[in-house]
Amino acid sequence: MKTLRIPRSPKVLLGLGITVFFALLTILGPYLAPFDPNDTSFAPNLTPSWHHWFGTTSLGQDIFSQTLVGARATIVVALVAGLVATMLSMVIGVSAGYLGGVTDDGLSLLSNVFLAIPGLPLLIVIDSYLPVASRSNSLVIGLVIALTGWAWGARVLRAQTMSLRNRDFIEASRIIGESRSRIMFAEVAPNLLPVLASSLLFTVLYSIGAYVTIAYIGLTSTSVWNWGTMLFWAQANNASLSGEWYWFVPPGICIALVGTGLALLNFGIDEFINPRLRESGLTARQRRRRGLPRRVRLGLTPVLRPLATETPRSIPMSEVTS
Amino acid sequence: MLAITRRLGVYVVTAWVAITVNFLLPRLMPGNPIQTMIGKLESNVTPAEIRSIRLSFGGSLHSSLVHQYFTYLDQMFHGNLGISITLSSPVSTILKGAVPWTVGLIGISTLLSFFLGTLVGALLGWTRGSRMDSLIPAATFFQAVPYFFLGTVMLLIFGSDLHWFPELGAYSLSVHPSWTWAFISSALRYGELPMISIVLSSMAGWMLGMRNMMITMVAEDFVLMSVAMGLPRRQVIKTAARNAILPSIANLSLAIGLVVSGALLVELVFNYPGVGDLLLNAVQNEDYPLIQGIFLIITLAVLAANLIADLVYFALDPRTRTMAAP
Repeated sequence: MKTLRIPRSPKVLLGLGITVFFALLTILGPYLAPFDPNDTSFAPNLTPSWHHWFGTTSLGQDIFSQTLVGARATIVVALVAGLVATMLSMVIGVSAGYLGGVTDDGLSLLSNVFLAIPGLPLLIVIDSYLPVASRSNSLVIGLVIALTGWAWGARVLRAQTMSLRNRDFIEASRIIGESRSRIMFAEVAPNLLPVLASSLLFTVLYSIGAYVTIAYIGLTSTSVWNWGTMLFWAQANNASLSGEWYWFVPPGICIALVGTGLALLNFGIDEFINPRLRESGLTARQRRRRGLPRRVRLGLTPVLRPLATETPRSIPMSEVTS
Repeated sequence: MLAITRRLGVYVVTAWVAITVNFLLPRLMPGNPIQTMIGKLESNVTPAEIRSIRLSFGGSLHSSLVHQYFTYLDQMFHGNLGISITLSSPVSTILKGAVPWTVGLIGISTLLSFFLGTLVGALLGWTRGSRMDSLIPAATFFQAVPYFFLGTVMLLIFGSDLHWFPELGAYSLSVHPSWTWAFISSALRYGELPMISIVLSSMAGWMLGMRNMMITMVAEDFVLMSVAMGLPRRQVIKTAARNAILPSIANLSLAIGLVVSGALLVELVFNYPGVGDLLLNAVQNEDYPLIQGIFLIITLAVLAANLIADLVYFALDPRTRTMAAP
């Protein structure tokens, strides 16, 4: 069984590490939290200490516990939204790209319209009309976010599908008489996997941002702990002006770290798709070991081969696709 | 030309969709928000105003949905966006006061971040593999930070701790809004910190995109050719960058919406009297006419910005002018 070349640049490994860490936090966070995040029995405005790692809020709640518990809601909503949006963009993008004609015109117009409408304001308008009960429902919020975030992926997938549409293997399945939907989702879609993965990463990234933002302006139920609600309470109590940095910095850093992890992972996908970016992902030391020139030579794209010391468990992309 | 008309068509449809969303949402959502709104109003507004709101929101008027829809469209075309519930004045008047601040702040910072980011990205792409590459993880981090969080941190460090910048608002309370130097300089001074926050958080995207394009571009034959011709290095970089920037500009029209959405929230952090700050108040008071008005005005502004970006792209890339629409 041949394995695909997995980029091993330090950036990608770091991204993988961060992503795994937060995945674990999503699962275990609520069990690891030392206190109930709603418990107001502590002294207010404590600075970080051994007992309260991230200090306490001005209501006397433990910020460390809130951060741990908040991870789950934040990431689950983002995942739901990311998955739904990617599914939507796959169905719409692949159909538009493969079917062409009037279908393509209609679907392209639809995705162009959704691209042009600024997503966040649309999200805020829709969300402000949701009944209060639905605002605390992760599924509903996730679906609404997905509705505003699928268009970019659809556009990329459509372009990619169009470039695949006339390849020989697609032509072959058409001649065999495979049904349209089978060609689209069993022949074309698997070849879009890297693009799909990349668009999933980006929609999850977008969804985290969107969810945290609507929570920050108070549009989700403030009784569900997520990183956005923490920032909401910090802002509502003017934490930044009274110097309580430990209130809003932990959730903010967590959001940024999750985002960084996903974006770094995406570098790996980019390097996987585009060989020209592959050698640029290496550190100076790795470049030396692989015998690449120190300075970049114009007009040449260095080819990365497995090192002699490595067992040939990784093979170039070209051999996989041919 | 055909391509331009196509884009224009998309924007017109988008504007129509935005208006229609505004029309349908209050009528389709469960929980009857209109009734809630009128209930809130009855105590402090005249019956004439209630009638006007019923008209713009459909309420209990005994007319068909289609009829309501056309009345609504008509009102929109005349710039009548309804009456704000909490501020009891026309939404369009309220927006007139807030829009210039937002256009100034977000417009300038978006342009700044685009140019700075593209410049740094071009250099990063050219010198790939050098020490400059350590900027990339940092840039990725900044790209992932929510704008408003970076703003909060900046406010804490440079505003309330170091006192390098004024803390909140858009101008000093000692001056009055007017076209005097005292006021303008005060407004610029108060705008610095929000602007820096927006530029810092939005720059990374342009930077990374430009870097990747530049790396791809450097391997093209025309770059090799210009080196072989003995052009000075600056000239070569310029040639490569001019070509690499095209996708960036093509993406500009897509990214504006995201940047604007993010930047609106920076206004909240700094209590900047623009549209973003207004939006927060509207959301917290469930002031639906105001929320919808803001949504519409933001959408229209983003569409206008998109159109400008498209025009620039068409002007820069001769291929788009000769090519038939794809």
